[in-house]
Amino acid sequence: MPPEANEDRIILYREALHEALAEEMQRDPSVFIMGEGIGERGGSYKVTADLLQQFGPERVIDTPIAEASFTGAGVGAAITGMRPIVEILFIDFCLLALDPIINQAAKYKFMTGGLGRVPLVVRTQGGSGTGVAAQHSQSLEAIFYHIPGLKVVMPSTPYDAKGLLKSAIRDEDPVIFIEHKLLYTAKGYVPEDEFLIELGKGDRKREGKDASIIAWSNMIPRTMEAAGRLAEEGIEVDIIDPRTLVPLDAPLILESVRKTNRAVIVQEAIRRGGVASDIASIIQAEAFDDLDAPVEIVAGKNTPIPYNEALERASIPQAEDIVNAVKRVFYG
Amino acid sequence: MGKKHKYSKELLLKLYRTIYTIRIFETRCIELYRKALIRGYFHPYLGEEAIAAGACAALREQDYIASTHRGHGHCIARGADIKRMTAELFGKQNGYCGGRGGSMHIADIEAGNLGANGIVAAGAPLGLGAALGAKIRHEDRVAVVFTSDGGVNNGVFSETLNLAAAWSAPMIQIIENNRYAVSTPIEDSTRVPELYKRGKSLGIASLEIDGNDVLEVYESTQHAVELCQKGEGPVLIEAKTYRHGGHHCNDPGKYMPGDKVEYYKKHDPLKIARRHLIKKGKALEKEIGDLEKKIEWEMEEAIEYASASPEPPVEDFLQEVEKY
Repeated sequence: MPPEANEDRIILYREALHEALAEEMQRDPSVFIMGEGIGERGGSYKVTADLLQQFGPERVIDTPIAEASFTGAGVGAAITGMRPIVEILFIDFCLLALDPIINQAAKYKFMTGGLGRVPLVVRTQGGSGTGVAAQHSQSLEAIFYHIPGLKVVMPSTPYDAKGLLKSAIRDEDPVIFIEHKLLYTAKGYVPEDEFLIELGKGDRKREGKDASIIAWSNMIPRTMEAAGRLAEEGIEVDIIDPRTLVPLDAPLILESVRKTNRAVIVQEAIRRGGVASDIASIIQAEAFDDLDAPVEIVAGKNTPIPYNEALERASIPQAEDIVNAVKRVFYG
Repeated sequence: MGKKHKYSKELLLKLYRTIYTIRIFETRCIELYRKALIRGYFHPYLGEEAIAAGACAALREQDYIASTHRGHGHCIARGADIKRMTAELFGKQNGYCGGRGGSMHIADIEAGNLGANGIVAAGAPLGLGAALGAKIRHEDRVAVVFTSDGGVNNGVFSETLNLAAAWSAPMIQIIENNRYAVSTPIEDSTRVPELYKRGKSLGIASLEIDGNDVLEVYESTQHAVELCQKGEGPVLIEAKTYRHGGHHCNDPGKYMPGDKVEYYKKHDPLKIARRHLIKKGKALEKEIGDLEKKIEWEMEEAIEYASASPEPPVEDFLQEVEKY
């Protein structure tokens, strides 16, 4: 858990990401960033604002709308000694770059018998909630979670975003770094001094004894909201944010479940073939005897994300859905 | 090209050596494939050897190449050890990839070879990235991307070429136009089968050459390197060639017209390089014969090395898997 939020420096998620990029580019000349509209425009979410002025056009590169080729170029640059950060505007557009990500970057180290490394970060942004509909709102982490050779990071707070992005940039393997469009303006404590967060170390976002909730990305604030309502009814939930889905901090999840004997997993992504199902399978295999109730999964509906606001809300887990799921595992 | 006395005997010998090595390596490996010592896919480079040999001879130590599924020739031309290549085809521990890659994934990163690639046209953006990195570091390097004519109709090829031009990347895109995408003739895949013209539409210096003439390839690549050094990259070279057989060694290539195959077996890169060596390099038949024997012997040594190499331990593999 980060230091208490009452400490002085409160910044936005997007500012935390910006700090991580600027610090790492300052520290290591092999770090560069490329993507659509990241230079003069500073990125759609202002994450790369000022980087062009600070580091020049050679290291802050605006690309055409050509995800397959510039992501592939990131892979080639990474193989040959650079640490590229490829920004893909929406995770939905990663689908145009699946060959360089999945067939090239993820497998390169393995295929070359460990001689080749791909220290590449693909920064992208997913999730729903702003009415941008079916091709700009998906939660596609399961696609990357499924692929051996990729690491998958999904920060939920400014503190995590900064520490994890810095670690991702320094990592020797390809990392899919998935931000959430509703979190860019989330506020939180981020210390002035430099810090890193190890990939694979989850975080307990709330301490409780009655039920465990495992959630990530924008489902963390929603789960915190649910936890407040449950506390009013006398149920104290333990909230575990794995922060990185690959590697997954299974020991922390299991420790929590063994303490509370009840588990709810919350994901924004649709349920079918999702990461929550995999975590549920890990819990039942490793902690079956500790469970007092079946593992509950709260997930998005099996649907493309609708445009209409009420329909969009209905397709994504809301605090109320989380409250109800906890009650189901609690009262049986 | 008709310019005499321009090429040293040393260079002509080196080019011939590379072409003959590729020829022997693949001929012997195909025999071993038939004996089931090599598994999976094997895409022969037979008939196209002059492109890899000529292009790689024009490169410097610091340069990069990105190869294709038909990649043995590029590897050898870039200086790969045929012992370790054969061992890789045998799936052995001492192979380039420890038996994890096989024919389509041999890479020699220290030699600047980003590797063969099982995905057609996927090497293009990788090569662009290598060129981009060199440009950012202000290093005098170029990246040569080999792509088949089958690759040029894939979207990422066009994207990459455009991007390379927009960034003035020191990249040399060599199209190995063997006229078939697996079995589909180039004329059925595009209205403009003169593939070098695609470069012109993007503002890229574009050349059309006889890919079976190693000196033409060598000279064009040298020229392309110079253009890249002057910041006038990328460069597109369409090297026209023809396969001696089907797409892979289990494809009899019945769709390839007999007279055409016969023509190209006469217009063979090996024969052309041999003629250059005799005419321009004043090499004697015996000298060439001795070199050929030496290469054949090296290949037999490589096969022995591969046979003697241990299998990759399954326990090591299972431990490695845990890390993913």
